[in-house]
Amino acid sequence: MNAQLMQGNNACAAGAVAAGCRFFGGYPITPSSEIAEYMARHLPKLGGKFIQMEDEIASIAAVIGASVGGLKSMTATSGPGFSLMQENIGYAIVAEVPCVIINVMRAGPSTGLPTSPSQGDVMQARWGTHGDHPIIALAPASVRESFELTVDAFNFAEKYRTPVLVLLDEVVGHMREKVELPEVGPEQIANRVMPTVPPEWYEPFGNPPSDVPPMAPFGEGYRYHITGLLHDPRGFPTNRLDEIQPWIDRIFRKIDRNRSEICMVEEDGVEDARVLVIAYGSTARSARQAIKMARAHSGRKVGLLRLKTLWPFPEEAVERAAENAQRVIVAEMNRGQIALEVERIVGRHKVLRVGRADGQMISPSEIVDAMRARQTQAPRRPAPARL
Amino acid sequence: MKKHDQGAYEYLRHHKKFPHLWCSGCGIGIVMGSILRSVQKLELNQDDVAVVSGIGCTGRMPVYMDFNTMHTTHGRALAFATGLKLARPEMEIIVIMGDGDALAIGGNHFIHAARRNIDMTAIVVNNNIYGMTGGQSSPTTPLNARSATAPYGHIEQPFPIVDLAMAAGAPFVARSTVYHVTELDRLVEQAVRKEGFALVEVASYCHTTFGRANNIKSPIAMMRQLKDNSLSLQAADKLGDELGPEQIVRGIFRDDDRPEYTQLYDEIIERAHGPLPPRKRKVRRGWV
Repeated sequence: MNAQLMQGNNACAAGAVAAGCRFFGGYPITPSSEIAEYMARHLPKLGGKFIQMEDEIASIAAVIGASVGGLKSMTATSGPGFSLMQENIGYAIVAEVPCVIINVMRAGPSTGLPTSPSQGDVMQARWGTHGDHPIIALAPASVRESFELTVDAFNFAEKYRTPVLVLLDEVVGHMREKVELPEVGPEQIANRVMPTVPPEWYEPFGNPPSDVPPMAPFGEGYRYHITGLLHDPRGFPTNRLDEIQPWIDRIFRKIDRNRSEICMVEEDGVEDARVLVIAYGSTARSARQAIKMARAHSGRKVGLLRLKTLWPFPEEAVERAAENAQRVIVAEMNRGQIALEVERIVGRHKVLRVGRADGQMISPSEIVDAMRARQTQAPRRPAPARL
Repeated sequence: MKKHDQGAYEYLRHHKKFPHLWCSGCGIGIVMGSILRSVQKLELNQDDVAVVSGIGCTGRMPVYMDFNTMHTTHGRALAFATGLKLARPEMEIIVIMGDGDALAIGGNHFIHAARRNIDMTAIVVNNNIYGMTGGQSSPTTPLNARSATAPYGHIEQPFPIVDLAMAAGAPFVARSTVYHVTELDRLVEQAVRKEGFALVEVASYCHTTFGRANNIKSPIAMMRQLKDNSLSLQAADKLGDELGPEQIVRGIFRDDDRPEYTQLYDEIIERAHGPLPPRKRKVRRGWV
């Protein structure tokens, strides 16, 4: 494919189409609307369907419905819409319906700072829907990667029968770069496993060795029940502990046992780094510049660990990368969401947070300053005076 | 067993989940019987029928029916069904909702599905109350009625479901009650056959919560109310302004033809195969 000037949002939509997405249900919201516009133009050409729904709740509902009908499906939104989608994301987890949700993060809470960039929805992506559940969330840092990770998102969704979140931030979504989009061949695309047994034997929520039961679309002769209630292998609601416990274990296990495939990171000089920077999304671009500056000016041993997968958290990679580091800087456009995870793994004393939630990008010099800072933890605030 | 009922029996899921969870004397099972009989009468293949529901007593209906069934989140059944219908336009989709489900939490989806005119049959079982949660007021609780959340009387106007669907543009709108079963069978059958958004409001009752709060002692008394308080569309026309708020008008309020969404979408797909329309330069004005 030829080189072209392309926006992150469009690359994301192009990735979806390349991965086989044939249904998009969405509601306009800046800074994600370009994805919907791209899909409205391109899906009908491929025989796919685009629908603008009445709100984000309906959008994710239609996406799940279409996926049950057998189409690879996606929606795209930003913070306020992402909040509205949470209940049905939980439904997709419980009903094990593959789908992809793009969240082009803008500064919140509430209407917030439209539409300045943010990475404030990281914890919402993890725990936004109620109840205990596993989730996959990816965070691209460039236009090309928006394409690639959206393809990965569809592959994970189909392989593991789960919703997958792609967290772009406004900078990545609206940034234009020269890209050559890769060709995506059929061997790079995963499709959901269809049942091979006769309908009367089919267990849509059974317990196969892979932990991912085959999924039959509606209308193909496999009549079964889908519900957001916890259910038995046939999909019927149940309160029986001997049916609930194996099911809960399985939906966690199906993600957990595939962590090595799902957890993607990019390392740059982490082996002997004294100072390790951990970043993701557009902030990783500032971090990359920061380590370049630090190496050039002082010859310091600094490394960058860029997270492409945020959830499940790449614990092993972080642990390994931080092993020899005296200091770990976590840079993100929030007040320390991934930093919490990093602190959990490498210990609080080593970690220095560089965060801002005011809709401004973190500049390379802010990260360089953190490398120079004398202590890792911010000094304690003085105790309030007694009245 | 009469032959009439055998058809319905065939379409039930036998191996699982009976007895059902509804209180004895409830009207919801009657609606389920109507749906099963209409599917039988239209000789639809079970594999081609999907039943989608929301949450509540009515929302539990699909689990008993041997079709492709989906029990979704509260109020969102129509939105889920919209996606499913677009993915599988050849399928017959029946959406079952309660009054709280369709008109309170799902009110937005209700009017937009009607406006869009996407081919599905929406059945709203109206028992004027939230039954499953213990008898709280719903958007169709009558004025001055009592409920668990209106112990001193309800001061809100009930939603006229039929009028709402008509105003939103649904091409088929009908109403009957769980007492008038043969009429209900006929209306549900017509609604399923309709190509477009077809609404059937079914007046039902909840003797367990509404009846108890409003001193109507038994399901029989509530059933008798449906019989005594309802009248045909023709009879209602004659009454004119004398029609009381407690009276339930039965019949087909609208049955006309409008272009259906999935068919229009096929045209879009054809149009898209031609050259793409020129793209306008985008001008951004402020934030959205």
